[in-house]
Amino acid sequence: MSDNDALIPEAGTGPAAQPAPVRQGMWGKGSGDTSGYNGLRRSVEWPAAAVAPYGSWFDDALGRLSQLVADPFSTVVVDHGELTVYVARERIVEVMQALRDDAYLRFEFCASVSGVHYPDEIGSELHVVYHLQSMTHNRRIRIETSCPDADPHVPSIIATYPTVDWHERETWDMFGIIFDGHPHLTRILMPDDWVGHPQRKDYPLGGIPIEFKGTVVPPVDSRRSY
Amino acid sequence: MKETTDFYASSSEGVAEGAVYTAMGGGDWADIAAEQAERGDETLVINMGPQHPSTHGVLRLMVEVDGETVTSIRPGIGFLHTGIEKNMEYRSWTQGTTFVTRMDYVAPLFNEAAYCLAVERLLDIEDKIPQRASDIRVLMMELCRIASHLVAIGTGGMEIGALTVMTIGFREREMILDFFEAVTGLRMNHAYIRPGGVANDLPETGIAQLRDLINWLEKHLPEYAAFCNENPIFKGRMCGIGYQDLSACFALGVTGPILRSTGYGWDLRKQQPYCGYETYDFNVITWDTSDAYGRFRVRLDEMWESLKIVKQCADRLEASTGEPVMIDDPKIAWPAQLAVGPDGQGNSHEHIKHIMGESMEALIHHFKLVTEGFRVPAGQAYVPIESPKGELACHVVSDGGTHPFRVHMRDPGFNHLQSVPIQCEGGMLADIVVAIGSLDPVMGGVDR
Repeated sequence: MSDNDALIPEAGTGPAAQPAPVRQGMWGKGSGDTSGYNGLRRSVEWPAAAVAPYGSWFDDALGRLSQLVADPFSTVVVDHGELTVYVARERIVEVMQALRDDAYLRFEFCASVSGVHYPDEIGSELHVVYHLQSMTHNRRIRIETSCPDADPHVPSIIATYPTVDWHERETWDMFGIIFDGHPHLTRILMPDDWVGHPQRKDYPLGGIPIEFKGTVVPPVDSRRSY
Repeated sequence: MKETTDFYASSSEGVAEGAVYTAMGGGDWADIAAEQAERGDETLVINMGPQHPSTHGVLRLMVEVDGETVTSIRPGIGFLHTGIEKNMEYRSWTQGTTFVTRMDYVAPLFNEAAYCLAVERLLDIEDKIPQRASDIRVLMMELCRIASHLVAIGTGGMEIGALTVMTIGFREREMILDFFEAVTGLRMNHAYIRPGGVANDLPETGIAQLRDLINWLEKHLPEYAAFCNENPIFKGRMCGIGYQDLSACFALGVTGPILRSTGYGWDLRKQQPYCGYETYDFNVITWDTSDAYGRFRVRLDEMWESLKIVKQCADRLEASTGEPVMIDDPKIAWPAQLAVGPDGQGNSHEHIKHIMGESMEALIHHFKLVTEGFRVPAGQAYVPIESPKGELACHVVSDGGTHPFRVHMRDPGFNHLQSVPIQCEGGMLADIVVAIGSLDPVMGGVDR
């Protein structure tokens, strides 16, 4: 892994090519190679950052956003016709406000907020993904921000989009991301006294004991994976 | 419950005096009761659910009433959380369909469609899906929409005492489920729509059965309008209840019939078509009362529009008999077809014979694809579709592996339940069930 340190992205930037995650399986030796020789090497090619012009309406919208907010985004990815904009967490409130209020942008509808845990992205392990919809212009945009595992704080955008109330609570519940400024960041799906955040990749998975046999069905993450 | 800033007040209103109760919070029962004891007024604090029959599954409501007027209502969810999204991270991409179908179990085919469309976008095979597969998907989704609306109307009617609407609603739904059983083998939880197409073609008698079903629905759907539309008791219970206007819908992420009952004709089948919806002739139904009655009328008319699409599908499927229903790519397409054997449903006998007796390579191929599964290029996709409840979307992240890195379903019911306080506070206690019935939440989808 140490040879690949240069490939690990800085906090707040988009993903880049990475070595494939190590697969731990019951019979696997790390690479997921089923040939028996264990010589297979794989890397993960995340979609590369796009450079302007991005095509479609993307240039106009991102240009307008740059006029309204200073230095609004770090990376832009255009993949499968979907626009992803990586925004530093310090800017997220400003950017969301501009995206909703400006007549040329007018993303009046926040469809979804969810988290993704990338344990291999040192310094920006926890990502928050916002999906916005402009009904006025019939456009969709994905805003992504990140925070390090050691400092899991992201400002809440509840003042701009009241609908993210439950979404942010779910993201806190599942990933342990603390949304600063949320009025009541409590668990929503898991019981109130639950310990841990189940959707994180490092969350321990239990096995299932088998009655009378004194053995267990191993937890799913220790079964064979490819 | 803490005193907090009121985030929902506009800036011109200034700072609210005294305690601000943000209605959508969770909060513990002990806290609420203690707070009430301290206040010492006539307000009653009532816990409704999670096992209340009128809360559509395991929804808990914490209600404060003054007389019969609701002063505060807070929904509590999570009682049906089954960790589906987490489970999917340890199963292959195809196995994911068996998980998502169990989310919103009243409209299972929509979950499958959203998930499969997202996986297909990441695989870059969106334009390689056979036409017949897309037509079958549309057919199944529209029948499923009718079935889901029948449950919404039926249970909504039952809760206000219109029991006949429920009994006839489930009668019609049963006919649709019979058709689903003939096609997919199961009444619910089908796992029928798969990445690359659908699991198997319609049975030989499929089109004939579909025509019978269309005739049945055409004969019986008018009964709902006759029973309800001008029924004074029905209107008395529904009109003006659960009011939510357009700006409140936008602010709270509300879509589907609730949004369309405000007069705004937003339907993803028209706005952002998928599965070839742009080639079908149908109308977007709106109503202008923004209340429970408007939502009932939107759902009622949408069933007719769905039936219109189903008829077009039947014609197309009749014309395309024998065409493939799975992508022509052996690295993705599921190798086996289903068949009904003497011991129940399983792989087709021709396929078993082929892999067990004729071709070692076919056996290896089957084994690799079924146990290991196919790889999906790294990236993320978000595909929204118009489910009976509103915008149902699937956010899929792949790290290039044989199973999803992360799947998140944006369920419309999860968003809609946030608007319970805005619809119920200030209203009567008895109107809570009417408002919630008009939101049509399915807790399997809300809690996932």
